[in-house]
Amino acid sequence: MTVKIDIEPALIIARREVRDQFRDWRIVFPIVILTLFFPFLMNFTARQLLDFVNQYGANLIGERLIPFLLLVTGFFPISVSLVIALESFVGEKERGSIEPLLTSPLADWQLYLGKLLAATVPPLMGSFLGMGVYLGGLVLNDIPLPDAETLLQIIILTMVQAVVMVSGAVVVSTQATSVRAANLLASFIIIPMALLIQAEAVVMFWGRDTLSLWWVVFGLMVLAGLLIRVGLAHFQREELLGREIDVLNLRWIWRNFWRNFRGEARSLGEWYRNTLGATLIDLRGSLLIVVVLAVFITAIGAQQADRFRLELPAGSMEERLAELQTSFPFGSAANVAAIFFQNLRAVLVGFILGLFSFGVLGTLPLLATLGLLGYLSQILSINQLPVVDILVSAVIPHGIIEIPALLLATAAVLRIGFLLATPMKEKTVGEVFLMALAGWLQVMVGAVIPLLLLAALIESWVTPQIVLRFFG
Amino acid sequence: MILAENLTKHFADFVAVQDVSLQVTAGQVLALLGPNGAGKTTTVRMLTSVLRPTCGSASIAGYDIVEQPEQVRASVGVLTEHHGLYGRMNAEEYLTFYGRLYRMNPALIHDRIASLLEQFGLADARRKKLGEYSKGMRQKLALVRALLHDPPVLLLDEPTSAMDPESARVVRDAIRGLRWERRAVILCTHNLAEAEQLADLIAIIRKGRILFNDTPERLKQLLLGPQEYEAALETPLHTDLSGLPPGVTLKSREERRLVFQVQTPQSANPRLLRFLLDSGVQVVSFYPLQRSLEDAYLRAVSLEGVVRDRQN
Repeated sequence: MTVKIDIEPALIIARREVRDQFRDWRIVFPIVILTLFFPFLMNFTARQLLDFVNQYGANLIGERLIPFLLLVTGFFPISVSLVIALESFVGEKERGSIEPLLTSPLADWQLYLGKLLAATVPPLMGSFLGMGVYLGGLVLNDIPLPDAETLLQIIILTMVQAVVMVSGAVVVSTQATSVRAANLLASFIIIPMALLIQAEAVVMFWGRDTLSLWWVVFGLMVLAGLLIRVGLAHFQREELLGREIDVLNLRWIWRNFWRNFRGEARSLGEWYRNTLGATLIDLRGSLLIVVVLAVFITAIGAQQADRFRLELPAGSMEERLAELQTSFPFGSAANVAAIFFQNLRAVLVGFILGLFSFGVLGTLPLLATLGLLGYLSQILSINQLPVVDILVSAVIPHGIIEIPALLLATAAVLRIGFLLATPMKEKTVGEVFLMALAGWLQVMVGAVIPLLLLAALIESWVTPQIVLRFFG
Repeated sequence: MILAENLTKHFADFVAVQDVSLQVTAGQVLALLGPNGAGKTTTVRMLTSVLRPTCGSASIAGYDIVEQPEQVRASVGVLTEHHGLYGRMNAEEYLTFYGRLYRMNPALIHDRIASLLEQFGLADARRKKLGEYSKGMRQKLALVRALLHDPPVLLLDEPTSAMDPESARVVRDAIRGLRWERRAVILCTHNLAEAEQLADLIAIIRKGRILFNDTPERLKQLLLGPQEYEAALETPLHTDLSGLPPGVTLKSREERRLVFQVQTPQSANPRLLRFLLDSGVQVVSFYPLQRSLEDAYLRAVSLEGVVRDRQN
């Protein structure tokens, strides 16, 4: 079967909207100001700051300031894209002009693409024009231009940021019934974007090489891709017209969540066999990704030992064990609780990070731990300590349970992102979110928490015994 | 042309439409009557593949509303509840935009725009910004948009609301024209007089369920009883009227006026007239009493509980 991809309707939508934008002074005015006036302000700022920092020999700061101001010059016009996108989707919904569009023979994705282009392209044009004016000003002021690679990075960053904002605005728009509600929800886009610009500033000022900024570009591209996928998944006629009132129906939320959590089970055994079993089967893809990432990051961690060498203080294993036992007494209930809650906290942090990043940042606690494990193992080896004996006695006894539990927990967080980004025509975003949350809780309650508890017991009672057998 | 079977739509716990079945063939107009929130708009949105039915099925011009949504939408002209015009465009730009979305060729778009704007009296306002249009003009332009691509099926939500009497007549004439052009039309309206004038079929919907669905005459017969006829008399009547033909009941009697209820007028009326003449009654005129759709509708609404019990 061949699928015909016809973008002509999307272009018809985009052209109409762009023409409409250029008839609206509320959009034209800020774009013109930000495009033509703001770059001159940035040029003036660049000149003043360069003169100032050069007085104190801080030429490096000046050099890095120029591309950063270019990034800011490019960012301001694209910030308008957020307003256009919200207006384009929710505004049309509020004025009732979206319904005739939805009854036309457009596919959902054609309408989505048309509006995405209409909200992205004019601000981007403004942005590039502004950047051109800024760069022209640099030339006129005899200020050296950033190198070609940095220029390319900033151009791509600006484009990707625009796409991220617009695609994020679409996701927000599908959940809002009025421009007012959408503007309130837009803080979920504006605040992360502001933080992102700050992070990019950090990378640009302190980044040791241009590779760091490429990683930011790559990360943003992934995020833009995910947001577009989520937007496409939920930009459905059903979502746009079915939702007419923003009412928080707690009873419905609870019933929906509970139905997903419980499944068809009538007993605990049935729940384990059928409901959790089905979720675990569904988790296979996410789990595979997490395992591959875990192996990769452990190897990367080990590799970093050569880069960041660490000389361990001299001393025998017996002395070190005695020292450890004083600060961390083996075999007490307090230890079990401490270990268990520490792991649980890490899992919850991963869950919260994952909620805001389609599961991606939810992998950080596990990957950071495993990266560190790889690094420390290699450090032990470099310091000529018996690394295999240490791993076999001090890590594997409880790690054989703890690590799979953490892999499962991380995969469950990643699955939330996958579910949100998967088109489900018969479900709303809210229903998908509740389903994903219920799935995560099933894995936590049914597998991860019992396993972490068992691992904490072993780590507190059994592992020390084995370590003592090996080294005591 | 339009065939719906047990269409049902749930929004979370709320049942918006339940088991709606409809059939409208080419050249028929079905009026969907019901109060606000009865499920008319949701039904129309399902029939245009905008909302996916929770269960049930429907086809429009032979296309399945779930499996072939794009073909369905290409075959339907919809006058939506909200006109949804773009205030900064003029009529020509607006209709050209929609014509292109419906894949019409530019020459055809141009011709259709010219003839429809002329038909609906908007030709002089073709270059005027839509934001400056009156409510009635907007309504007419939205109807032009629905007709632009010459669809075989039309779903019209309150087509004459906000219109002055003259414009409303133009629109009603246009809807009659659609019937002659063998199009299938669903008309959602609160205007019962208009529905009575235009519709071949009436469906009364309340709380998401179709209570009654039939021709206006049969609906009136069903809800208001057999047709009543009035006989106006030349002289006061003093004779006894026993021995009326079968299927005829005397409903009221005044000096110069008789009202009969007739079960099957085609066969009973000639016998009734013969009986009156044979009885020496001097009949000046004999005509059916007008019963409005409004009476039938109100009766239907009062029977809602009974109908629901029967449906359940």
